[in-house]
Amino acid sequence: MAMSEQEILSGLAEIVNEETGLAADAVQLDKSFTDDLDIDSLSMMTIVVNAEEKFSVRIPDDDVKNLKTVGDAVSYIQTAQAA
Amino acid sequence: MASDTQRRVVVTGLGATTPLGRDVPSTWQAALDGTSGAHTMTHDWVAGFDLPVTFSAELAVPTADVLTRVETKRLDPAGQMAIVAAREAWQDAGAPEMDGDRLGVVVATGIGGIWTLLTAYDTLKEKGPRRVLPLTVPMLMGNGPAAAVSLELGARAGVHTTVSACASGAEAVASGLEMIRSGRADVVVAGGTEASTHPLPIAGFAAMQALSTRNDSPETASRPYDTARDGFVLGEGCALLVLESEEHARARGARIYAELAGTGLTSDAHHIAAPDPEGTGAARAMKAALDAAGATPSDVVHLNAHATSTPVGDIAEARAIRLALGAAADGVAVSATKSMTGHLLGAAGALESIFAVLALSHRLAPPTINVDDLDPGVPLDVVLKAPRALPDGDVVVLNNSFGFGGHNAAVAFRNV
Repeated sequence: MAMSEQEILSGLAEIVNEETGLAADAVQLDKSFTDDLDIDSLSMMTIVVNAEEKFSVRIPDDDVKNLKTVGDAVSYIQTAQAA
Repeated sequence: MASDTQRRVVVTGLGATTPLGRDVPSTWQAALDGTSGAHTMTHDWVAGFDLPVTFSAELAVPTADVLTRVETKRLDPAGQMAIVAAREAWQDAGAPEMDGDRLGVVVATGIGGIWTLLTAYDTLKEKGPRRVLPLTVPMLMGNGPAAAVSLELGARAGVHTTVSACASGAEAVASGLEMIRSGRADVVVAGGTEASTHPLPIAGFAAMQALSTRNDSPETASRPYDTARDGFVLGEGCALLVLESEEHARARGARIYAELAGTGLTSDAHHIAAPDPEGTGAARAMKAALDAAGATPSDVVHLNAHATSTPVGDIAEARAIRLALGAAADGVAVSATKSMTGHLLGAAGALESIFAVLALSHRLAPPTINVDDLDPGVPLDVVLKAPRALPDGDVVVLNNSFGFGGHNAAVAFRNV
């Protein structure tokens, strides 16, 4: 059930768009959730919970703070899916 | 700014989303036309729960058609309605450029974010705590809509939520008046919001036998003062007024609808739900509002009654009106607009304050529909079927709102 980086990115972009209204193509691997996408901690948690369901992974709260960029989140999800 | 109990406060903006329309002009026109906002509900849950009441007065235009998808996701329906009404009210007031430290907000609700609360509880039971979203508490909290409006407008003089069941909206108007007179604010956006067209409140109100059960004829179910009335019709919506010190309004050349001349708040201490049958607490509220306005019963030409269409409540209020106004009650054109809007609970007093303000500024009292046989126990001059012109000159209009818990609120407006 492992997905490609591109598949995860576009799935994540959909979730971010749903939560914040940001255009999906603004969600790029090098973008910082807080500095570039202006996502606050409550929105971030909503995105994480939705990502857990969508990608069938678990992202513990302690790990969320390490997900600075969209790329961090995509590789975390990819690794978690492979595990 | 120092407290000044005599500071005149005026109404400079109106906003609403209601069962009759998505804004104030469409709502007012539908009311003058004698339109019912009550309809059979088509939600799956109506049949799913086999509810004893299958109709209500829902918003004429859903908030999802007005707000962005993200706005609707991040606010309970009660908060969504408040944003719709606040934007209209603020624009209607001319979107004043002002110091946010002098702008206050009072948005009442009777029940709060019940959709968010119960939907989140379902999620908790079905999917566990991890799936309960982080915005759940800010969305369900009773002050959520008031806070959302303060964020929308940058209001920093104070944000409040009055909670007194069906008197909440009128109490919010009273609270807004106090904020300005006490010197805490120059402008206050005040009113109420309610989004409780949900199976639980319907089941609960039905259990009290408070709701009309005319399932075969929703449009004629809300019939205040009619001998065949059998309960209220649940409504939803939001209504907000921009209140402003006269000084502030004049200085910026604002259009002024009316003076918010006085308010009266009392309590019955009689029963948790039933009104005092003698109406003494309600009468004291009306008298207090007139006293605060420096007015006498003979100044009153129109009254927007609480009149929810319950057998007991309408009579108690009629008695209270006679008690408060005496013989002068004969000269008061009484309208029961819940016959058209249904009962907006915590928003009712605010919407009916808007109706009172518009009746005063247009000199036109809206009709009371569905009265085929006026109850002889209602010794009032009820405006039936069609709007009625109100007299010229210096006059006062009143709005009554009462709530479970024995809350009585009366609001007096005067022409400027």
